[in-house]
Order: sequence, then C-alpha cells, then structure tokens
Amino acid sequence: MSQIKVISGRAVPVRGNDIDTDRIIPARFLRCVTFEGLGEHAFEDDRAQDKAKGHPHPFDQPQFKGAAVLVGNSNFGCGSSREHAPQALYRWGIKAVVAVSYSEIFFGNTVAMGFPCVHVSAADAEALQALVEADPTLEVVVDIEADQVRAGGKVFASSIPAGPRKQFLTGSWDATSELVAGLPEVRVVAERLPYVTAFA
Amino acid sequence: MGKTLYDKVFDAHVVRQLASGQTQLFIGLHLIHEVTSPQAFEMLRDRDLAVPYPDRTVATVDHIVPTEDQSRPYKDDLAEQMMRAIESNTKQYGIRLYQPGSGKQGVVHIVAPELGLTQPGMTVACGDSHTATHGAFGAIAFGIGTSQVRDVLATQTLSMGRLKVRRIEVNGKPQPGVYAKDVILHILRKLTAKGGVGFAYEFAGSAIEAMSMEERMTVCNMAIEGGARCGYINPDQTTFDYLKGREYAPSGVAWDKAVSWWKSVASDADAAYADVVKFRAEEIEPTVTWGISPDQGVGVRESIPSAESFPESERANIREAYEYMGVQAGQPMAGTKVDVVFIGSCTNGRISDLREAANVARLHGGVVAAGIKAFVVPGSEQVKKQAEAEGLDKVFLEHGFEWRQAGCSMCLAMNPDKLTGRQISASTSNRNFKGRQGSPSGRTLLLSPAMAAAAALEGKISDVRQILSKGA
Repeated sequence: MSQIKVISGRAVPVRGNDIDTDRIIPARFLRCVTFEGLGEHAFEDDRAQDKAKGHPHPFDQPQFKGAAVLVGNSNFGCGSSREHAPQALYRWGIKAVVAVSYSEIFFGNTVAMGFPCVHVSAADAEALQALVEADPTLEVVVDIEADQVRAGGKVFASSIPAGPRKQFLTGSWDATSELVAGLPEVRVVAERLPYVTAFA
Repeated sequence: MGKTLYDKVFDAHVVRQLASGQTQLFIGLHLIHEVTSPQAFEMLRDRDLAVPYPDRTVATVDHIVPTEDQSRPYKDDLAEQMMRAIESNTKQYGIRLYQPGSGKQGVVHIVAPELGLTQPGMTVACGDSHTATHGAFGAIAFGIGTSQVRDVLATQTLSMGRLKVRRIEVNGKPQPGVYAKDVILHILRKLTAKGGVGFAYEFAGSAIEAMSMEERMTVCNMAIEGGARCGYINPDQTTFDYLKGREYAPSGVAWDKAVSWWKSVASDADAAYADVVKFRAEEIEPTVTWGISPDQGVGVRESIPSAESFPESERANIREAYEYMGVQAGQPMAGTKVDVVFIGSCTNGRISDLREAANVARLHGGVVAAGIKAFVVPGSEQVKKQAEAEGLDKVFLEHGFEWRQAGCSMCLAMNPDKLTGRQISASTSNRNFKGRQGSPSGRTLLLSPAMAAAAALEGKISDVRQILSKGA
C-alpha cells in the first residue's frame, strides 16, 4: 500500500458550513452495487440549482476543472454515513480536502480510502478559498508530513489526528490486513466478552 | 475518579493498539442492509477474505423497499439488483437475513432492538449514520462507511480512535404535548449541528431517565445530527424490562448474569466528562425545523429567527436556508402550509409513535385536510402487526391517512415514496437537508409524530397542544 505524504494540484473552493453527504451525492445515486460512475454525479443537485440561478457551482466553473484539492469550511461531510460521498469526490478528481472540521464518519471513510482530509483554522480556510478564487491556477500543496498547506507563497498550518496521520505517512491507511493479522487476539477478546458467550 | 460507560465499553472491546496508534476495536453486533453492503462484499471477494464471525452480523432490508407494492421483482431494476445482492451475499457468507414477509423485517434500527439483538455494553456498528439509535440501551453504537463494513465482516473489528464524552442532562418534567423528538430537536438547536464533532453524547437527567426505551431511541437516533457519532443512555430497570423475553435476550440463569454485567457498565457517579450541559425539560416547546439543517428549529409558537441572532460565521448558512425554504425571518412557524405528511422512520416509526399520532387523529375528529397526502409507515413488520392488533391502522384510514408496509420510505426516498417539485413535507424523520426527501428542490419540516398528525389534519403547522387539550 502506498504512502501518502503530499498531495498537490489546483484547488476548488466549496464554501459553506455543514455541507452534508446528501448534497455531495443525492440518495438516488446510491441505488447501485458499485461505486463506479459516481464521480460525474458529485454535487449534482447543487450544481443544477446553481446553474439555474446563473452562478454555476464551483464544480462547473471551467477554471476549477481538474482540481485535486477541495477547500471547504466547518463540519464538511455531515449527515449520512454513505461512503458514496467521498467516493464521488475522489472519482471526480479530488485527492485531498482542506477544511476546518469534518463529520467523524466522513473522516473515517476517507482514511479507509487513502483520501486525506486536513484541518486548518476557520480564517485560513477562508483565506485559502479567497486565494484560489483570485487565482485558480495556483498550485496548492497539502503536505501531511510538514503539517502545512502551501499556496501562492503563503504557508498555512494544518493538522490531522495523530493516528490517521501516521496511517497516511506509513502507508497503512487501508487497515484491513493489519486487522486480519490481529485475528488471534480478536478471538481472545470475543471469548472474554460475556455477551459473546451468551453469559454462560 | 470513576469511568464513563463510553470508556468502560470501549476498554472492554480493545483488541490491541495498531502501529498507527489507532485502536483495533471488537464490534459485538454488526448490522447490515442492502445499500451500503454490496461493495463491501465485493471487496471481500476481491481480497479473498472470509467472514470469521457470521453470527455477529445480522441483515435486513429497508432503504429501497417499496412501502406499497412489495411484489418481486421490484419495478425499479436497480432496487431489485440490490435486493438480489444482499440475498446472495448473506447466503454465501452464512449471515441471517430478515426479508419482507418474514415477520421480522423493517428499518434496521427498529428491528435489532425489538429482537433483543441490541444490548447494553455492546459495541454496535452499521453502515448507516443512525446507528446511534442503539445507544439508548447503553451500547456504543456508531455509523460506518462501506470500507469499514468490509473490515467488520473480515475481522469483526475496526480501526478506531477514542471520542471525548459530553454529558447532556435534561432535568424536570416536559409539558404535555412535548415528546422525545422535541427534546432532541431542542438540544440540537442549542448545541448546533457541529457542536458534537469529536464527542459521544451521554444523555442523562430525570427527564431522560423517565423516558421509555422507544423515547430514548428517538433521542439517541439524532445524536448524529448534532455531530456526535454516538449518543447513549446508561442502562437501568427500564432497559432491562424492555429486553426481558425478547428473542435474542438472555434468559434463565444467563439473564441474571447479564443484568449484573449490564449494571456494571453504566457510568460511575464520579465519572469525569469533557463537559456537562444542562437543560430544563419545562422550557422545551413542541419544536419544528424551518431550515435545511436539523439544528434550525424553533418552538411552534415562535417565528423564524433573524440571521443577526446567529454568530457571524453562521449567517451565510441561515440566508441559504431562507432562500431554499422560501421563508423570511420573522415569519411565524405556526400556519406554515404543508403538502405531504410522513409519519415513520428509524426516528419515529415505533409503536408508541404511531399511538401518539393516532391519538391526535381521534381527538381532532376530522380527516386529513384537502389536498394533503399523509401516510403512516410502520418501522417494522412487528410494529405493523402490533398497530393492526390495536386497530391503529383503522384509525389512520378513517381519518384519511394512508397505511403502508414497513421500510425507510420518505426519510431518504430511495424507494417510490418521494416529494415532487418544491413540495413541503411535515416529517417525523431526522434530516431536512436540501433534496433529502427525493425531490432536488423538496422541503422538509421535522417534528414529532403528534405534531405531524396535527399538521395533516389542519393542513398547516399547528400547535398539537390545542388538539390534546380537547382530551384533557
């Protein structure tokens, strides 16, 4: 499994607190048995509504096409646990998110996918959004190892909880094989838990 | 210093520390449904992984199941494909599946408690954010994504970090006409949709302790809407009385051992909390949401708040909500016209919810207002059977409500139950997000089952206490 230390590319600002996973991928697209094809439906209803109002959603603005970094605000990815939401963003082309905070479930899903989401302060998130709006060609560097986001000569302090940070840096973000290796210890815990043995 | 239930249960389920510093945590009960599991089973096959604890996973179908015509194959090919996937996957790996017609199918968060599968002291995971519901039993219950469903299937464990614990006390006695739904909508309004990020919520205090298990489930169900991945209530006699005699609850000698273990996992009196927040139950009004986030609620006699009454950082969201909902600051909540009324979901699809709604219909005496579609969806086949034994189905039908089969229905509208265009629904479900109920421009007002019934009968948001006072 690959180590993830730095993600860089152009960025797309998606402004607003509490952007929920129903908005990232509406429920009708969950009628599927595979994640393939979800990328084109990311933010589908928001995009249609913004288009109708005459100011296209950032995902439809040509200057943000091909962006690899999404810059959001607080409580990004709240609501439904659907992994379809980060899968849709990832398949659209987003490879890292920079925001103030994330819903726990969304964040857990992204770690398991090898899709880093880093935290910055509220003021820095807005400053970054303003920077990339002013110059969409800027390269934004999300540096997990240095705990920094760099863009346009500016450096913003970022953070990511210690466990997931180490998982990305050491390439152990896909925990399955490590969890499988622990199966002998799992058996010990199962035998010790009174309800697993039906309180015998 | 004592420990919280959260820390005791977490500690009892620690398998080991992983190299990253995360904890490998044992999952005592894994629930799956048709929407978030097919890709997980595909990943198992891709990696040639087995399911070592198939009897610790239980499956049912709820999200895509139609609530009118349930004949197979379903008219929606994609829904039929998902049903076939869960049928073949559970068969291949030897996992119990409760199908429509089994008598035990329903919304996963209603089925597991009523079968006695959810018990105090367990860790419960499910590919659904409303897994928080099971915390009502004193379990640590949380939603996960599909890659994590794979991990639980393959190892019965997850890679997890520990949450902080916030104790939320609700003390006193709620006014008549104020229900568990109002309590949680009030808490969300005060603590916001993101206030609980990083926390588990422990709900406590005399008003919570006085609640039935079904009411407690309504409260814990919506912890996630406050950002808390799990919410829980310490187990007590109410919990044990609910569990006794249920299909998967212990019995005989094992029952006594179970009760003593369950008591031991409750938070100690001197447990330390990251913080404590207190509410008075008397101050809670029947509450309705007006916006596009579950924390955007007001008392039914209040008006829609001004953007200026919120912190600067929230005002853009508030203005976005006004625009989407087509409302203005200062507009009274009562009198808001509705088009559709939905009574059901993992939040409010239990028998006590249906009794409250039927009681309002009886006391009101009229029928659903002209032009309004109102439908009642029992949360499970068992709830449906019980409701019919009590004649609640007839009450609903006589008063102009439709009576449906068990499923998630219009909570998230992955089935034929959907809003159209800009319709407004009064809904007992848990989310009023943009487009949540199946129309990209549809609008949702969240409220209690009694308030939903009142909205159906009056055709607009109304204070249910005016109807209840007729029966006093």
